[in-house]
Amino acid sequence: MTDEKTIAYLEELSKFRLNENEKEKFKDELGRIIEYIGKLNKLDTKGIEPLSHPFIYTSSLREDTIQSSSEREDILKNAHDNKDGCFKVLRTVE
Amino acid sequence: MNISEMTALETAEMIKAKKISVKEAVNNVIDNIKKNDNKINAYITVTEENALKDAETIQKKIDSGEETGLFAGVPFAIKDNICTKGIRTSCASKMLENFTPIYDATVVRRIKNSDAISIGKLNMDEFGMGGSTETSYFGVVRNPCDTQRVSGGSSGGAAAAVASDEALFALASDTGGSIRQPCSFCGVSGIVPTYGAVSRYGLIAFASSLDRIGAIGRDIKDCAAVLSVIGGYDTNDPTSVKNTSLDFSQCYDGNIKDLKIGIPENYIGFITDTEVKKKITETIKIFSSLGAETEFFTLPLSEYAVAAYYVISCAEASSELSRYDGIRYGYRSERAGNISDIFVNSRSEAFGEEVKRRIMLGSFVLSKGHYDDYYKKASQVRTMIKAEFEKAFEKYDIILAPAAPTTAYKIGENISDPLKMYLGDICTVSVSLAGNPAAVIPCGMANALPVGVQLIGRAFDEKNIVKTAHAFQINTDFHKAGKGVV
Repeated sequence: MTDEKTIAYLEELSKFRLNENEKEKFKDELGRIIEYIGKLNKLDTKGIEPLSHPFIYTSSLREDTIQSSSEREDILKNAHDNKDGCFKVLRTVE
Repeated sequence: MNISEMTALETAEMIKAKKISVKEAVNNVIDNIKKNDNKINAYITVTEENALKDAETIQKKIDSGEETGLFAGVPFAIKDNICTKGIRTSCASKMLENFTPIYDATVVRRIKNSDAISIGKLNMDEFGMGGSTETSYFGVVRNPCDTQRVSGGSSGGAAAAVASDEALFALASDTGGSIRQPCSFCGVSGIVPTYGAVSRYGLIAFASSLDRIGAIGRDIKDCAAVLSVIGGYDTNDPTSVKNTSLDFSQCYDGNIKDLKIGIPENYIGFITDTEVKKKITETIKIFSSLGAETEFFTLPLSEYAVAAYYVISCAEASSELSRYDGIRYGYRSERAGNISDIFVNSRSEAFGEEVKRRIMLGSFVLSKGHYDDYYKKASQVRTMIKAEFEKAFEKYDIILAPAAPTTAYKIGENISDPLKMYLGDICTVSVSLAGNPAAVIPCGMANALPVGVQLIGRAFDEKNIVKTAHAFQINTDFHKAGKGVV
């Protein structure tokens, strides 16, 4: 079982809010999942390097040259709101 | 000859020889969609008009004797997390319901260069998060063999479309088994290449170190042909690899006498359905009778693979999906008084329950005080799992395993228990963590539902997988028998 404080903290980190129904469900479910993934601690991993990517090939980097990018107008088409060629958001400073 | 019974490569040959027209091939698929997809729900978007226009263009090319690509005139479809220029790409999420990419993914560009014709975009679990397509914002994909059952996931739309003749092949993605498990559930063939063999540019990320693009088709030869077209280095994806060889022309002699196949005994133990177990056992015997040497061994660390996979994939997802802020693209809430409201309300309203669950789990394992115990620990276990595979491949050319513990289950049967759902990935996630290539091919029916077998290869050795799968398919009919009946 995850407590309400943890759920609230995770909502804050995840930048969304759960509705009451989701909150109740997640308290129990996340608790069970966290308990399950805790089984990893049974393994001795002392001295083992963590792996963040299956294969790393630095040779795959391309030459650092200037290339054309997408058109500003096209990019803005998917935005909810835009003005003067920029993304428009609500007031950020009072 | 009935178009519906031909593979993509056979169809391409017929089109080239002008025995059927491109329009006939395309219309055949579109008719099947119109007839059946209200029951299956494999498609989110059908681009009929574009397809018919493309059909005309390709036919003209053929008629004028111009050189055409490998898949000239062959209708195919694309999972809806792969970007298509000018065609809505939703990831089966409310978040991207109205998102239209301004560029094609590299794989889309390459397959279009082979003159294949896109029919549309395929349904999936939201952002690839699920094993049954029940998390799709656009509704569940029903299994063509039994519409009361799931098609698997997350590429359930792709597998179901190929199984029900609504596409001759599909481009799909696999993060933890998303190509392999639905292929098993729907009775079609699929392949996920080594991490890095195919560019991910234009694939909407779920977990970047695990996401891979592969192919689903009617047989392994079609899947291999798709890989040969879409694979290879791409300057737009620095994790794609130079000098990969995806030429499979030498893989079709049917001879697997010099191959050694290892079967991890503990994977047979993961199977919970006795009929499935029987099919896998029979499959091993078939490979023996074809001359391959088969031997049992164990991969003990696979016991920890589901835990490591969910820690790592959710951690990455929590970071990847932080880009959805309601500003540059994607859903924006109307209930916003300030900028912070835009972020929080847009994400609260547009992400589905499973996506929220995984982001929260990811936030948890990355948070202060938990990082070492979970994320770092899981990444170390990943090193160990990869090493275990490498050691096994010193001895074996192929590792044979089930693709899933069961056949397709009933819609609604598992969705209310997320942990149970996650445990269903036990047969596929180790390979995802290690990055090795794997195929799934049909190997029979259990309780009137398809069963698939998984063939895993050494890193960058897709060839032995294709060779092994092909030898099986020219000696058996399972890939034909498993075809969906709606």
